[in-house]
Amino acid sequence: MSQEFFAKLTQSLVDGDPDATFEYTKGALAAGIEPMEIIKKGLIPGMNIVGDKFSSGEYFLPDLIIAADGMQKAMVLLEPELLKRNQAVESAGTVILGTVKGDIHEIGKSLVGTMLSANGFKVHDLGVDVAIETFIQKATEIKPDIIGLSALLTTTMVNQREVIKALANAGLRNKIKVMVGGAPVTRSWAEEIGADGYAEDAMGAVQIARQLVSK
Amino acid sequence: MPNKIRSVHDPRISLNILSKEDIEKIHTATLDIIESVGVRFPSHKALDILEANHAVVDREKMIAKIPGEVIEEALSKAPPNYTLAALEPALDLPLDGTYSHLGTDGCGVEILDAFTGERRRTTKQDVSDVARVADYLDEIAFHWVPISAQDCPPYSRSLHELEAIWKVSKKHLQTESIINENEMQTAIEMAVAIAGGKDALRQRPILSVMQCTTSPLSHDGGSLEAGLVAAEAGLPIGYMTMASCATTGPVTLAGNLVVGNAEVISALALMEMAYPGCPVYYAAAQTAADLRTGAYTGGGPEDFLFGAATNRLADFYNVPLSMGAFATGAKEPGWQSAVENSLSAFMAVSTLSDMLLGAGLLHGSRILSYEMLMLDAEIWSILCATFEGIIVDEENLALDVIRSVGPGGNFLAQKHTKKHMNERWLPRYMDRRPYNVWEQKKDGAREWALQDAQRILREYHPQALDEKLIAELDRIIKAHEDKFKP
Ligand code: B1M
Repeated sequence: MSQEFFAKLTQSLVDGDPDATFEYTKGALAAGIEPMEIIKKGLIPGMNIVGDKFSSGEYFLPDLIIAADGMQKAMVLLEPELLKRNQAVESAGTVILGTVKGDIHEIGKSLVGTMLSANGFKVHDLGVDVAIETFIQKATEIKPDIIGLSALLTTTMVNQREVIKALANAGLRNKIKVMVGGAPVTRSWAEEIGADGYAEDAMGAVQIARQLVSK
Repeated sequence: MPNKIRSVHDPRISLNILSKEDIEKIHTATLDIIESVGVRFPSHKALDILEANHAVVDREKMIAKIPGEVIEEALSKAPPNYTLAALEPALDLPLDGTYSHLGTDGCGVEILDAFTGERRRTTKQDVSDVARVADYLDEIAFHWVPISAQDCPPYSRSLHELEAIWKVSKKHLQTESIINENEMQTAIEMAVAIAGGKDALRQRPILSVMQCTTSPLSHDGGSLEAGLVAAEAGLPIGYMTMASCATTGPVTLAGNLVVGNAEVISALALMEMAYPGCPVYYAAAQTAADLRTGAYTGGGPEDFLFGAATNRLADFYNVPLSMGAFATGAKEPGWQSAVENSLSAFMAVSTLSDMLLGAGLLHGSRILSYEMLMLDAEIWSILCATFEGIIVDEENLALDVIRSVGPGGNFLAQKHTKKHMNERWLPRYMDRRPYNVWEQKKDGAREWALQDAQRILREYHPQALDEKLIAELDRIIKAHEDKFKP
């Protein structure tokens, strides 16, 4: 019976049907299947198939995002169960993400967030027009591995540098890696302001994030 | 300095894209959305005005639900025609529904250096250099601040950009990068100095303003407040939607038009509520986000359709339209840029967009290329010739000449030929040479375009303002910097 649930869970993610994912997760838990099993044998294989299909060009962004939504719906049910058992899903790392102060461009930043989540990172998305102090507060609070700063305006890029400075002032700079990106941001700018990583697109951001946490 | 502009005038080709019923359906759907869902206006100033005009305002979410009649009533106050003034009246641009004018693209962040080919961040000097080339080209009717002066402080950068262009060109100037009240006020102060007074500026607005909406169904507070300041001074102000299918708008084209339309007309209505009769325009650069990356594509069949369709919407509201055309997503001038820029411009002109934006930038409005600017101007000259259409009258039917040449022979020696030959289009960059001539160097459009741009940059140094005015602009910028330096 477990096998049947796993297959259905996987399929529901591949089909992009978050409500079904939610229902099967509920069913599987009710049938007494261990939450960690549900994740490892039902959900992760589904996400992997979706990821592969996306990489090969068969699936599009909405496919990926709808699958991630299904995964998230399932986790709402699974997380309390894991907690009860003193278990946790391994995370690839924790990331605080936001578009810097003065800048309201959202899409690119959110895509980076989605891709990081889909690849096992725990992402705290602070939104757009995020004040420098907000980044610092959140960083002090949750001690992330990475802070990701998106900026799409040449006038707001400077705030990426300001966040890096503020991290140093708060004594956090050597504990947290900083990744930057956004349309006008270049590798040379990233180097100039002392960021640890730069990515041109969301998939690149995942690769850089992986490198940064393994350093 | 130039004394004429090559715009499309009275085009003889037109395109039917949406029926009257289609337009009405889109309009009704739009009013429904504005009234029932509302639009976010993150500015208390804007919300105050909307509330005073019977909108239902949620201050916490900053969303205004505006009754349809109120929107319609406000829009009816917008003037259907006005003129974008230039420092030289011969370069004025009438927006009266019979012209399409081409402007440069705006706010690029990198430039391909004309002499070294290096790709690098843009500076104030680059803004001035690009403006000189744009001033030289008859096809470019007005400047959009083409790239950013990144060597100037962020809080006065837009002002330096305006100054750099005003110093070298008398053509009309439009800015897209001023998104707060105080910078707008200073920009107006500069324009007043040049125009010779506040009333003079209102009579002859040498500066116009474009702001963006924030799809879906939102605005940016700074852009709204800056827009209100501009409207008060009588500067033409437009709001541009970039709603993109699948990311910031519905994936279907009609739905995407509704979202974009709701944003634009709600902002224009706000301007008219605040300053009845102020000159406003509709602006749009809708697209379909790339399904694999989410990227803003800047070119593709959806863009072409949106270009034509928003024109019909602007006609319906009886205001001028500024359309994002050109602005290819290509990384270098070539096949993709030629296809995208020709087709998008063709569609926009065939529905008579009053202003077209987008000459000269690559990579989705990010990288300025002088080659691209020259080549875009050539595309424009093809369009100007195409839209002249075919005139059928006695002189053009040329029966006398046909009779006198008769069967066989040719028309080369005819006076009629000499009289009219300058009406025929001649390329600057299309390669019409014999094959063997081409084979010697295998050069072509890109090389020639770049050489021309280099020549203009070396030889053409127009001065549009006298020393006294320049000193005054410097003083105004300096005072702004002293006041707003963080
Ligand atoms: C942490 O690590 C990382 C790593 C990688 C990261 C990363 C972080 N963040 C991003 N990445 C990378 O991965 C992402 C996914 O692949 C990518 O993200 P992107 O965001 O680049 O890509 C997205 C998937 C799709 N791309 C986008 O969404 C941006 C596309 C363009 C056309 C664009 C859009 C759509 C918008 N805009 Co704006 N906008 C432009 C853009 C031009 C362009 N071609 O980039 C740009 C950035 N805008 C510009 C401007 C000027 C403005 N915009 C403004 C507003 C807007 C809209 C609201 C209309 C809209 C955004 C809607 C929204 N909800 O987000 C205004 C600013 C408002 C503000 N305060 O922020 C306004 C000032 C216009 C105005 N007068 O109102 C220009 C900036 C020029 C400059 N010199 O700074 C601009 C280059 C276009 C132009 N040439 O005019 C990568 O960059």
